[in-house]
Amino acid sequence: MSAIHELSVKALQQALQTQQLSARQVTEHFLARARNHGASLAHLASDMAPQSPSPSTPGSKASCGAFLSMNEAHSLKAADESDRRIQAGQARALEGVPIAHKDIFVTQDFPTTAGSKILAGYRSPFNATVVSRLQSAGMVSLGKLNCDEFAMGSANENSAFGVVHNPWDHTRIAGGSSGGSAAAVAMGLTPAATGTDTGGSIRQPAAFCGITGIKPTYGRASRYGMIAYASSLDQAGPMARSAEDCASLLSVLCGPDIERDSTSLDIPSADFTLGLNQDLQGLRIGLPKEFFAKGLSDDVRDSVRAALDALVRLGAQLVDIELPKTELSIPVYYVLAPAEASSNLSRFDGVKFGFRAQGYKDLDEMYLKTRSEGFGAEVQRRIMVGAYVLSHGYYDAYYVQAQKIRRMISDDFQRAFSQCDVIAGPVAPTVAWKLGEKSSDPLSNYLADIFTLPASLAGLPGMSVPCGFGEGHMPVGLQLIGNYLKESQLLNVAHRYQGVSDWHTQLPGSAA
Amino acid sequence: MNTPTTHAQPLGPLVDGFEVVIGFETHTQLTTQSKIFSRASTAFGAEANTQACAVDLALPGTLPVMNKMAVERAIEFGLAVGGEISERSVFARKNYFYPDLPKGYQISQFEIPVVVGGEVSFFLGETKKSVRLVRAHLEEDAGKSLHEDFVNQSGIDLNRAGTPLLEIVTEPDMRSSAEAVAYAKELHKIVTWIGICDGNMQEGSFRCDANVSVRRPGEPLGTRREIKNLNSFKFMQQAIDYEVRWQIEQLLDGHKIIQATVLFNPDTGETKSMRTKEDAAEYRYFPDPDLPPLVVDRHWVEEVRSRMGELPRDKATRFVRDFGLPEYDASALTQNRPSAHYFEEAVSLGAQAKLVSNWMMGELSRRLNVAHLDFAASPLSAQTLAALIVRIMDGTLSNHSAKTLLESLWQLDGSRESDAKAAQTLVDQFVDSLGLKAMNDTSALELIIDQVIAANPDNITQIKAGKDKAFNALVGQVMKASKGKANPQVVNDLLQAKLAAL
Amino acid sequence: MSLTLQEISRIAELAKLQLTAPEREGMLTQLKTFFELVEHIKSVDTQGVAPLSHPYATVADVALRLRPDVVSESNAREANQQSAPDVQKGLFLVPKVIES
Repeated sequence: MSAIHELSVKALQQALQTQQLSARQVTEHFLARARNHGASLAHLASDMAPQSPSPSTPGSKASCGAFLSMNEAHSLKAADESDRRIQAGQARALEGVPIAHKDIFVTQDFPTTAGSKILAGYRSPFNATVVSRLQSAGMVSLGKLNCDEFAMGSANENSAFGVVHNPWDHTRIAGGSSGGSAAAVAMGLTPAATGTDTGGSIRQPAAFCGITGIKPTYGRASRYGMIAYASSLDQAGPMARSAEDCASLLSVLCGPDIERDSTSLDIPSADFTLGLNQDLQGLRIGLPKEFFAKGLSDDVRDSVRAALDALVRLGAQLVDIELPKTELSIPVYYVLAPAEASSNLSRFDGVKFGFRAQGYKDLDEMYLKTRSEGFGAEVQRRIMVGAYVLSHGYYDAYYVQAQKIRRMISDDFQRAFSQCDVIAGPVAPTVAWKLGEKSSDPLSNYLADIFTLPASLAGLPGMSVPCGFGEGHMPVGLQLIGNYLKESQLLNVAHRYQGVSDWHTQLPGSAA
Repeated sequence: MNTPTTHAQPLGPLVDGFEVVIGFETHTQLTTQSKIFSRASTAFGAEANTQACAVDLALPGTLPVMNKMAVERAIEFGLAVGGEISERSVFARKNYFYPDLPKGYQISQFEIPVVVGGEVSFFLGETKKSVRLVRAHLEEDAGKSLHEDFVNQSGIDLNRAGTPLLEIVTEPDMRSSAEAVAYAKELHKIVTWIGICDGNMQEGSFRCDANVSVRRPGEPLGTRREIKNLNSFKFMQQAIDYEVRWQIEQLLDGHKIIQATVLFNPDTGETKSMRTKEDAAEYRYFPDPDLPPLVVDRHWVEEVRSRMGELPRDKATRFVRDFGLPEYDASALTQNRPSAHYFEEAVSLGAQAKLVSNWMMGELSRRLNVAHLDFAASPLSAQTLAALIVRIMDGTLSNHSAKTLLESLWQLDGSRESDAKAAQTLVDQFVDSLGLKAMNDTSALELIIDQVIAANPDNITQIKAGKDKAFNALVGQVMKASKGKANPQVVNDLLQAKLAAL
Repeated sequence: MSLTLQEISRIAELAKLQLTAPEREGMLTQLKTFFELVEHIKSVDTQGVAPLSHPYATVADVALRLRPDVVSESNAREANQQSAPDVQKGLFLVPKVIES
């Protein structure tokens, strides 16, 4: 049997249920790896949350900076409980399988920072619904994973607690905002992780780190306990090695949260593993010509094309479609998301929780200092943009106009889905770029989101599937977009593809 | 909302040649068990922050979930004032920083409120007034800042944060402080009558802001100043009167009025401009992405209507229609549920409506006010009053004797008698024991009349000369001689006859 | 559109962000380039298009869910205030709030 950290969620599940492995054994193994290879550069993995941000220096090969906090005693306690249940024949769906959570989900057993100094050391009195769902399915939480501050970023260079390094090349970005989740899975520090996707934050880092991730239909996973960035776009989703693993995690993670989240859809979850072996015969895969236009680098285009050919060999047929507003999705997203963010982040004022600056002479200065010292540059930039587009005289021209174009973009998708069943294309125009390459120029980061933004604005399910390697032997991701509630179909296509490809099974040297 | 109004403006009294223009914004706390967006209790007076749950504190990751009862309360109000219930209304975020505002924004309704329009009518003295409502919208209350106890610091208690509010906004239709207070009292009556608000002004359940401006008649609306948090009718009148005088003096001294928010200080009796979040506000309203549109389907509205029972204004109209009462009486009797119920009870027992109204609004109200009681707690039950009035109607009691009877019944516990028969028996026993039975036996009366005529020859000559006063004087003497037991009508008739025969 | 330093200061004050003079300058240049990217959404013809807030409303009606009026949160003050910067007697302390 291969090393524990090379096992898939499914393999671990079986090994645990058949008691070939104990939950404690598995948990200790991953905790040790997380300790040795996952420590954020801000601090060595400890039971404490980072208290102060640190400069992002290039990472040693040993550590990718994915973990922000751990609580080994707690994790082992949970593992022992799982072992007890397994022995008692009371094992739950994912009993004893470890998982780590993006630090945007609030947790009772670990500090929650959202990658921001303003929440350093914050302790939540409750668990995010997504976290409790996975825990009540028997999963053992290993700790919290690094991310861009308040999930704002595409490179995980905006965390107050250090950058995340790409396990395939430590001089490159892991992608964002769920960079810690992607890197931790790719490096075998955890078999699975939670992520959140607002404009591509699950799909893009999954692609850059060579793993599989899915963002369900907006409203399918509860947003309760997920620190809000852009409320009308934020969606939680699983990140793991394979579509099969994502399917079993997604089955647990989805479902209505009537009591806590007014935007959650009243649609029951499903066992997404059941639909994984459908024949692709006659499946119509739509290729938006805008996704293959200029700006798409050749290495990415070639890998995506090759994947499409493989799908054709599996019986699918390719259809040319149009998503004419694709380019508009960038300005539309970067008006709407900051607008909502500027309001969502007003609660961080140094009054009720988290960081409060020192040395203020009055209330107003307390607000000003706390927020300027507590928020990083990118967050402050987006708050400014958001406050501006909502302010008097600009609201209609920017915010309302963007909301209207958002509907047009969604309608374009519905038109497209009359011609095809699934939409496919690249996740990002290029492979992961070098650390610091774009950090000086926010706009170039924004432009790189072009292929993930449309599905986010429309609230459609989307996923990233490893489909090869490009420049610098960096992973390339194939993006699949389905119609509302068609997660099962997406996972099926991805699973069939992974049945005839082995990109998702390859591990970076750092995972050894 | 001092929007210019096309509506025929009631000409109010001018002050130094200025017309006073007043609009109201009233925050009513709705009677719900739990908060508008969380499941924490709304009970008043709990220990600081013990009723502020994670959602109320805006802890990271929390989200709002709407309380159905708060919506139902808004529907009830809309129906009570004849407003329109929006089928689709939207919750928006009003963004500003303030320590008692945990999220850094207040969830309110901006472009599309749940109730649109409506009207509040009332009597100002004898004149009927009616104030148009612009809107009523749902929103969450903020917490409280406590300034005592701490040096250079304030303590924030968020127990009140998230309490459901209905903000009721009028057109600038009021033309005097008296009219403004009358409006506020009428509104207070409506919300407490239908039970959507407990009306407790000390606890802040019913808070009024008055937008006051003055202008020369015919001129466009003047710049307004908003007097915040008027939480007693007394202060309301004082504050507005002071503000009006202040504004007029400013204008007469050639100053301009600058739009501002002011606070009334009951100790100095003055209004003072305050520096707050309200000033130069840029609220960046936008639809709250955490809350889809509020949809109120018509069936729900009808269901609520059917459960509400008769509204005060409908009752008043019915009193006028069915009992021929003057509107003024009808409106006075429907000031609150107990008095309306008391009236209906008495009338149902055969007491003549106008008489019941007169006794309730006169003698009884006077006595109840002194005793700080309402009609529900009246020492004299509706049944007993009815029994008494019945005896006035059949001539057994003169008004004078009836008052005497009431006096003694008032002292008596038995007067709370709620059984009509028993009440009648009680009244009749008293009529006898106090010897109040009117003297309808004409022979006895004629004797008295003859004596009176004989004793007042000059009056007779005057009467002959057509002096009514002299006649009335005689009637008075006869009544006096009968110790008030004579029936004035009978005395009149007999006297007329006698004089004619002279 | 012409963003000015004054506007940057005004928005920063609204958002309660304290920017040094150089930070304001930097913010101005960055926002200017950003709004160049955003400008052209203004030219899109959106006549008769309704704004989309909940994305699922593209295909189905999404109405606000209402919950029964029931109290189920008990006092959790201690847990809720465990990360508060300054608390006394259960109250959150802030620099004095000046009301008048």
